Amino acid sequence: MYKQLNQKAWFLVAPVVALVAFNAIIPLMTVVNFSVQETFGDNVFFWAGVDWFEQVLHSSRFHDALLRQILFTAIILLIEVPLGLIVALAMPRKGPWVSVCLVTMALPLLIPWNVVGAMWNIFALPEIGLMGKGLRSLGFDFNYTRQPLTAWFTVVLMDVWHWTSLVVLLCYAGLVSIPNDYYQAAKIDGASAWSVFRYIQLPKLKRVLTIAILLRFMDSFMIYTEVVVLTGGGPGNSTTFLSIDLVKMALGQFDLGPAAAMSLIYFLIILLLSWLFYTVMTRNEAR
Amino acid sequence: MAKITLDRLRHSYMPNPQGAEDWALKEMTQELEDGGAYALLGPSGCGKTTLLNLISGLLRPTVGRILFDDADVTGATPEQRNIAQVFQFPVIYDTMTVYDNLAFPLRNRGVPAAEIDKRVREVGAMLDLGHMLKKRASGLTADGKQKISLGRGLVRSDVNVIMFDEPLTVIDPHLKWVLRSKLKELHHRIRRTMIYVTHDQTEALTFADQVVVMNNGEVVQVGTPVDLFERPAHTFVGHFIGSPGMNVLPCSLDGGRVDFMGQPVETLGTVQASSGNGKLELGVRPEFTRFDSIGIPVEIVKAADVGRFRIVETRHREHRIRLLVPEGQPMPSGHAYVRFDPKHTHVYRDGWLVN
Repeated sequence: MYKQLNQKAWFLVAPVVALVAFNAIIPLMTVVNFSVQETFGDNVFFWAGVDWFEQVLHSSRFHDALLRQILFTAIILLIEVPLGLIVALAMPRKGPWVSVCLVTMALPLLIPWNVVGAMWNIFALPEIGLMGKGLRSLGFDFNYTRQPLTAWFTVVLMDVWHWTSLVVLLCYAGLVSIPNDYYQAAKIDGASAWSVFRYIQLPKLKRVLTIAILLRFMDSFMIYTEVVVLTGGGPGNSTTFLSIDLVKMALGQFDLGPAAAMSLIYFLIILLLSWLFYTVMTRNEAR
Repeated sequence: MAKITLDRLRHSYMPNPQGAEDWALKEMTQELEDGGAYALLGPSGCGKTTLLNLISGLLRPTVGRILFDDADVTGATPEQRNIAQVFQFPVIYDTMTVYDNLAFPLRNRGVPAAEIDKRVREVGAMLDLGHMLKKRASGLTADGKQKISLGRGLVRSDVNVIMFDEPLTVIDPHLKWVLRSKLKELHHRIRRTMIYVTHDQTEALTFADQVVVMNNGEVVQVGTPVDLFERPAHTFVGHFIGSPGMNVLPCSLDGGRVDFMGQPVETLGTVQASSGNGKLELGVRPEFTRFDSIGIPVEIVKAADVGRFRIVETRHREHRIRLLVPEGQPMPSGHAYVRFDPKHTHVYRDGWLVN
């Protein structure tokens, strides 16, 4: 028996190929086009080779933004994933409170991102905001428009408020799908609450946690709207993350070449890190 | 090891049970002997899993007491009762090896490592898992996983009772038989009380010394497989056990003589005419019904060949009578007469055996 090669099948995939080409490949190729050329407008281009890439990779501005980005993502992952897991474990499994909890959890996810930024901007204002004014009256020197540290505190708090729900909902879905038999068997085996978590819940949540971490990693690494509305990347450049820096470069300074090069580097970093995360987290399953 | 006593036990899943239908388990008083192999048999939803969970302590009875030997354990947790349970779907701890899975209940109880090692190897060998103790449990097939579930019950040397909640549901048919004989063999070897819940009569009858047949939340009959077959205490048992089930036909009582549609029928023992009113029925298994030259006139409807014998369905007026005809025996066609074996013909009043 031989498998028949049927080239006609390509016709069937053609529409999808066309669609992907228009929404992903062609835009990406224009970016590649910009990244290797120099232009002064009027559609006049000069070949620049890898100059822009070298410039971006060597600039301390890019290094700083990348470092801030990595630090921010690390902090919010370290807070949101354990917190989400704890909240999901504490949520009721049955009864009228289930829907109350689920709706409450889903609320932050339904709010448009710029609104989230605006809300926190006002909430944290040192003179009139509930949080800003409250913290100040408690004796804290809180002014996120002036101090990098309190700006970071506010940005992280906003992201935790906005996105922990996603981890909660994913973990909750995973927890609910664990058959009751497991808990009963553990009870009979005399397992402690910690053992139940360590040997039943955590292993069963591995897949959803992998997805939660990946989603939160990618989203936080590309964070833009909320931070721009909240701090505008400041004070100074202290909350200028990669995407904010990129927009400043491309649309603020109109440095299309370096911006395009930076986009591609940015894209490759996300791709590489996502792949790394995924490979590490699913490594055990292949065995 | 313990004798289990169920004392006027009742259970309802509702907060305020009113009518009879609110009770998932109707009142029952039962004693399960130490070291016996019991099966709880009944259709889905008859309350057998409820009863099992009451005995294991996963549920608390609404009314009544449960005693292990002479100690009242009604309020005790599964751990305090010291029982083991194997569930319908194999429960294993995915991240652990087979060895660690088996050691888990002992480690939770703080047993010394040397003792754990000895017990785990012993049980591993008993269940033919000895060569894969170092493997990850998640890589095993369904029957292997179910053996681990069972093994976690067996490693504890002091369990009072081991319970099985339809443990073979997810096992491939050809392995069911293997695992079933393994269970039977284990029971002979360790002589622990075992309770096996199933809706499959073959599983129940091959495993248990005593079968508890349940229907609608109550125990209909407790008996050996032979009892259930030869003297069903209720027409439900007659229907449910045996393939095909018992013939149940309406009958009337004429001064101590039993009549089926005007035909006198000989039965085992006599029926007291005075024992109340109620619907009278005649029960006789297809195995004890045969064709004869005289008897009840019937019309043959159909015959199904199932190998060593044929299941013949006949009809007397609107009543269906089934009988088994061994292979190679001649079979009449069209009109015939059937006779019941008097020693295996029973009379039921409102479903319950009366003769």
